[in-house]
Amino acid sequence: MAQDSLITVEHLSRRYGEQVAVNDLSFSVARGEVLGFLGPNGAGKSTTMQMLTGNLAPGTGRITINGIDLLEQPREAKRHLGYLPEQPPLYRDLTVDEYLRLCARLHHIPRSRLGAAVDDAKGRCGLGEVGRRLIGHLSKGYQQRVGIAQAIIHNPAVVILDEPTVGLDPIQIREIRHLVRELGGEHSVILSTHILPEVQATCDRVQIIQRGQLVLSDSIAGIRQRMRGGSLLLGLQHPPGEAALLAIPGVQGVETLEPQRLRIRYDSEASTAQGPAEALAQAAVEQGWGLFELSPEQRSLEEIFVDLTTRDDAPQPGEAA
Amino acid sequence: MIHTLAAHELRSLFLSPLAWVILAVVQFILAWIFLAQLDLYMELQPQLATMEHPPGITELLVTPLYSSATLLMMLVVPLLSMRLLSEERRARTLPLLLSAPITISQIVLGKYLGLLGFLLLMVLLSSLMPLSLLTAGRLDLGLLAANLLGLSLMLAAFAAASLYISALTQQPVVAAVGSFGLLLLLWIIDWSGGEGVLGWLSLQGHYQALLQGLFSSADVAYYLLFITTFIVLAIRRLDAERLQN
Repeated sequence: MAQDSLITVEHLSRRYGEQVAVNDLSFSVARGEVLGFLGPNGAGKSTTMQMLTGNLAPGTGRITINGIDLLEQPREAKRHLGYLPEQPPLYRDLTVDEYLRLCARLHHIPRSRLGAAVDDAKGRCGLGEVGRRLIGHLSKGYQQRVGIAQAIIHNPAVVILDEPTVGLDPIQIREIRHLVRELGGEHSVILSTHILPEVQATCDRVQIIQRGQLVLSDSIAGIRQRMRGGSLLLGLQHPPGEAALLAIPGVQGVETLEPQRLRIRYDSEASTAQGPAEALAQAAVEQGWGLFELSPEQRSLEEIFVDLTTRDDAPQPGEAA
Repeated sequence: MIHTLAAHELRSLFLSPLAWVILAVVQFILAWIFLAQLDLYMELQPQLATMEHPPGITELLVTPLYSSATLLMMLVVPLLSMRLLSEERRARTLPLLLSAPITISQIVLGKYLGLLGFLLLMVLLSSLMPLSLLTAGRLDLGLLAANLLGLSLMLAAFAAASLYISALTQQPVVAAVGSFGLLLLLWIIDWSGGEGVLGWLSLQGHYQALLQGLFSSADVAYYLLFITTFIVLAIRRLDAERLQN
């Protein structure tokens, strides 16, 4: 993977005065990968994105974009970069066409290919019919699309989108997600968002940042694995005592939710992903407990997110080694 | 790349009503001054005829016109320049430029040249009035050229100083007031000291010579130094925001 990483970040740090915004962050994004970047407000997401796009200089660390060092050759590296900031950088008194032409020129697209590049970006973002309208007169959703069009007009290797679906209606959100997936085909995409289902729908990999540090970096498949959790819901007409359940191999804990419903905890890291489900069913049948429900308990991504980002033992900025 | 930015800047100036209003108002006031001077010249005509070496029409008409024009422009340039960088900041459009493959120097120079283009257009328009006298008589074209050069250099200096002030804030109005204050201060800075460093720093001192048709390379060098200083300051200011504070 290391050879085909379009963006590599090593030991990135940035502080504002005494406050550490980003602390020793390292990651890479492969070609064709969509990375979901999650974190609570103030965790350092936007700061990281600003550093990746050259809007902020990092305190320490190295950023490589398409093999080019962003700090040593900023102009070369930025050619391969498309960025949609949290608030789309639009000139409200230009028309969509004028604005996109300006963006294309800023990215050194030669005059001869200007029209084609503008048309292509407009087509991909569904802006075909609003080309002659003033950006200031467009709805929020269309403005957001113009912002995305601006980020992809020069066909960059790395596209960085900071909350691209804010303020869009559900249909537009679906379109934008589709577009992001499409971009993921040939580019690397980093997508920052607060909307967790969006991550599940569009990303290949998820990264959660908390207090400027990575607390989770996993593929979507890995996240699904985590979501399966370490617990089963068990419904019994005649529940036996806890001791009898704990005696079944694999069961680590029993929690009574209602008189006839129990939560069984097991070690999710163990080799059998299904846990003690089979053994439980067998025991229930043999001993006549009256089994009526047995299901793996799903944790949502939200629960994982909350769990990781509110954990108290996350290292404090000051004591980080 | 600089010219793309400059063209964009010039375009967006003309997209706002402000630029058109300013063009109209400035032209109107200059025309008023021009006519007043012309009246005065007509009144003085009999007296001038008796003099042995009478001052020419260019001296009597054009020099006062451009002398007043500078004061007018001191009010106008801050209004035009206030948007340059502070508006980009307020509308959060700066990331577009900062993440594009261009340098900060190019951004600042592009904006400066865009504004300068507009100001030179104003100089050009103002020069049409004295030039119209050519239809009726003769002008001292050398003196007129020195006046136009003086006004252009002065405006270029005004633009550079106000560009720097615009880089300091995200409130266009604050930028306008700040620029006006700075320009006025640089205008009157020699009032207290007279000679010496303060006298040399004064914008006005270097302008007077050009108004009288005296082209001195020291004066031109002063303006070029002035412009370079403020542009470099603006670049450094914008660059400093990226860096670790």
